[in-house]
Formats: sequence, C-alpha cells, structure tokens
Amino acid sequence: MTTIHSVPRPGARIQRVTVGTAKYLSLVIAAVVTLVPLVTVLFASLKTPTEYGSTSALTPPSNWFNFANFVTAFDSGKMLEGFANTAIVLTVSLAGTIFIGTMAAYGLDRFEFRGKRLVFGLFLIATLIPGVTSQVATFQVINGMGLYDTKAALILLFMGTDIIAIYLFIQFMQAIPNSLDEAAMIDGANRWTIYWRIVLPLLKPAIATVVIIKGIAIYNEFYAPFLYLPSEGLISTSLFRFKGPFGAQWEVISAGTLIVIVPTLIAFLFLQRWIYKGLTSGAVK
Amino acid sequence: MAIKDSTAVDVAVDRFHPEGRVQRPSGAARRRRILRRLTPYLFIAAAVALLVLLTYWPAANLLYFSVTDWDGLDQDLNYVGADNYVRVFTDPRIFEVFYVSLYYFGASFIQIGLALYFATILSFNTRFKNFFRGVLFFPYLINGVAIGFVFLYLFQPDGTLDTVLSWFGLADPPQWVGDPDIANWSLAGTSVWRYMGMNFVLFLGAIQSIPSDIYEAAELDGANKWQQFWAIILPGIRRILGLCFVLSIAGSLSVFEIPFIMTGGANGTSTFVIQTIQTAFTHRQVGIASAMAIVLLAIVLAVTFVQRKLFPDEKVDLT
Repeated sequence: MTTIHSVPRPGARIQRVTVGTAKYLSLVIAAVVTLVPLVTVLFASLKTPTEYGSTSALTPPSNWFNFANFVTAFDSGKMLEGFANTAIVLTVSLAGTIFIGTMAAYGLDRFEFRGKRLVFGLFLIATLIPGVTSQVATFQVINGMGLYDTKAALILLFMGTDIIAIYLFIQFMQAIPNSLDEAAMIDGANRWTIYWRIVLPLLKPAIATVVIIKGIAIYNEFYAPFLYLPSEGLISTSLFRFKGPFGAQWEVISAGTLIVIVPTLIAFLFLQRWIYKGLTSGAVK
Repeated sequence: MAIKDSTAVDVAVDRFHPEGRVQRPSGAARRRRILRRLTPYLFIAAAVALLVLLTYWPAANLLYFSVTDWDGLDQDLNYVGADNYVRVFTDPRIFEVFYVSLYYFGASFIQIGLALYFATILSFNTRFKNFFRGVLFFPYLINGVAIGFVFLYLFQPDGTLDTVLSWFGLADPPQWVGDPDIANWSLAGTSVWRYMGMNFVLFLGAIQSIPSDIYEAAELDGANKWQQFWAIILPGIRRILGLCFVLSIAGSLSVFEIPFIMTGGANGTSTFVIQTIQTAFTHRQVGIASAMAIVLLAIVLAVTFVQRKLFPDEKVDLT
C-alpha cells in the first residue's frame, strides 16, 4: 500500500492545514451522503405506524428495540421462502460454476488443441453481450426446454453466464507450475487425477474469490428471478413484491429492505479484503 | 506456449506426449490415443455447451426474430425484412428513450469525477482510511431492489430529502420521482450513489500500484500534491480511466434496474432496455424487441471496438 509522507516545508504549513481540513470535510460529507439514506430507512423500520405517521424521517425511533415491522416483513412478505430459494439456487449454481469453470480453465490453459483460439474468442465476445436485452431470445430457449418457472432455469442461467470466473481461474492457473503436472504424469496419474487431486486444491484462493463475487451477484440478481420464476420468490423478488400489498406502509417496507441489506453488510465486514481483490481482478481482465 | 500448427494431423498436441513418438497402432494404444486427443475437449465441453446454448444460440435467434413479425406465441411467423429496424429508428416512442440515456451518461461523468477525487485523496496519508473506503464502496454491494426502496423512501414527499432541504430554507421542493422533468435526474443520482464505489475502488487499486518511490522523488523535487496528481497519478491510471469512460457509455445505454424497480419506466423514465423488455414480454412484439436488442448489441460492440483501439492493453511507462 502506498502512503506518501509529506516532507515538511516551512511556509507550507498553513496551506496544508486548510487543504487537510477540506479533505476531511469532503470525506465526511461523502460518508454522510452515503449513510443517511440507509440510516433513515433504519429509523423508519423501528417505528410504529402511528409514530411513523407523526414524526419526521430524520427523527430517531422512540424504541430502538421495536422489531414488530421486521416480524411482519419476514412473515407476510414470505422472506423466509425467498432466503431458502436463494440459498438453494446460490449453492447449486456456485458448485456448478466452480466445476465447469475450473475444468474449462484447466482445458484451456494446460492443452494445445485445434479450435482453442476460437473458444477463447467466443468467451471474450460473450462478455460484451448485454445481459438483459438478450433475455428476449434466451427466454425462448429456457421455455423450449420446459424450464420456465423452475429454479433449474435460474441455476442453468447462473452457471452458463460466468465467463469472468473462467478468466479468474485461468489467470490463477498460469501461476501453478507445469512441473507439478509433469511430476504427477511421470508417477502415472492421468489428466483427470491431475485436475482433481493437484490443480483443483491449488485453486482454492481463486475459488474463494469466485464464490464471494458470484455469490453476491446471484444474491443481488433481480431480473432473472423476476422473469423466470414468477410463482416463487428469490430474495430480490420477494422484496420487490412488497410494492403492492404494503403500498404506503413504509415502516414494513423499510424493515424488509434492511433484512435484505444486513446479510450483505455482514459478508462485507468479514470478507472485505477478498471482495476488493476479487472485484478489481474481475473488472480489469 | 507455441501453438503447433499441424495441418496434416487433426490432433490435440499433448505437451507430455509429443507427436513424434512412434506407436504401433494396436487396438488399445489407438483407443488411448483417441482418448488423449479428446481430453482437452472433454474438459471444456460443459462450459462451451452452456456458452453456445445460453449466449450464442439466443444471439442467433435474436438476429432471426428481428427480421420477422413473431409475437412469441404463434407457430407462424412472417419474414418482414428490415421493417423492424426501420421502426426502431423512426418510431419516436422507441427512439426517444435513447435521450433518457443522456441523463445517465452525464451522471457517469460526475460519478467518475467523484471516484477519482476520493481515490486520489485516500491514496495519500489519511486517517480512518479503511472506514471511508468501506463506506464509499459498500453501496455497490447492496441489492438493487433494496436500493430502489431506500431511494423511493428518500425521495418521498416530506421524506428525508425534503426534510434536509427545508433545514437549508428550501421550501416547496418538487416531486422527485413523480415529476417527469425531475425524475430522470433523481434516478441518475441514485445510480451515481450505487455505482460510484466501484469506480472508486478500481481507481484506488490502480493508484496504489504506482511505485511509491516515484512520489518520493517528486516530493524531493518540490512537486506539490496537485502537480503529483497531474504528472504521476493521472498518467498512471490512464488505461483504467479510459476503460471506465467507455464502460459508462455502454452502461448508460443499458440502464435497467434502477428505473425498472423505482418507477417501472413511468413518468418518462423508461430506458431502452425497459422498452425492449416491455415490447417483448408485455406487448408481445418479439420481432421488434429483437431488432432493438440487436441495435443495442451493435452499439456496445462498436463502443468496445473503439475502446480497444484507443486504449490498447499497454503497460504505462512512468519512468
């Protein structure tokens, strides 16, 4: 990490103090602008309906332990079903992505074969195709396979669209020396054994990165469950459906919103380092 | 790795069993050799199958549907030539949503500017650096539906924003999401709040990968922070900055989640993607929707091509 230690110069002191104040002031303003929208939602979620109606948005709740709205949101909003469905889709898609992705990366990095450049090109161009609009035609494919309104549709879509993961795996695999493969080969191991016993365990850090980054992406995905799974809710769509029945009951909607945000916050606090690293390496291929 | 160009033998060259090896073509050996040739294909088969099934097959279908009048249900569909494309570019209801992208495009400049500013000051010695970095970045991780609700609540009449503005003596604020003249600004602002953190973290990473002795040398030469920014930081992150600008063009054309969740495209906030989706799934005009999707795809590909030309994968030389 680069930090720059200023060498004190006479005369520059006053200027530096002003610049320093402006710097911290701007940071504090930015932090306030980022946090206030979330904090007011927290306030609203802890208020009773009458309290919500009679107080301003920036007034803190009178009782900080009034969790009634959270109970309402969780029960009537079917958020438990949302969490359960998200967990199922998340687990299966992640397992699938990891196996398919690491195998593809192994095949692409450790072999020379006819059509390799073509495959690379296909993966590269696919990253550019805008996701939501192509659903116009993807929908017909999923529907044609009889998967419409099933969780399998979502699992298939999440497994099939992860090109970034394959790139991460390839990047990481290039750092694993070939001599390891060769040594195992001499000991009589076949390609599958090498992949399964040697390469896959060494890819653990890359797998962890993909699990975190893709896990967050699936947790946040809205349009795919909205389009392909209308009769059940994933966490995004359960929350989206608050729009109708809870109309103007903002204290319940706020509680539901926080129920969705809190797991992300916990994940962020514990996995910060991985998240920064993963997103940066995923964005700049 | 050199790719061996063996035109005569259609073969996967296995690094550990190079071709030159003499083998008697006995049955078992032959089977083994075929298997060995197939090995790489077996490893990539699942990934390529999914790629073709869920990306290229739909993309080919889009092209096909875009020259028909298909409604997504009927068995019969008629070839209509370029009619759909003509409509995409001439029907004002379809084409004018492109103007909505301009709000987001404008906002993306503010977003990149803010991200650059905060990345720069946080790369210098700062107290509570990790706290500020975390706070600025966290919105990027939040579920889009949750963000939609947070901001619908913020923009409510007599809500958070109105209350804060009244402290500063601004009475009679507009309907932030209800007024068609204002709504797009509000939504674009929400988009800046959501995505700024990602640009910021990318810039911060790029700045921190600049070797620190360059700054030290500049300090010794008497360069102030502003000069360091122009002479060291900006050239050092030129590539990632260029990438972000180009991505913001593609991004502002494909804005979807925030307006779809917050307004459903009402009050003049519909974007090209919302329009495409509604054309396909609400109005059942798959033909026109496909043409719209193809137009968007063509624009994104063109923008990416220009980006690759302008900012090739170069190593920035700072010395």
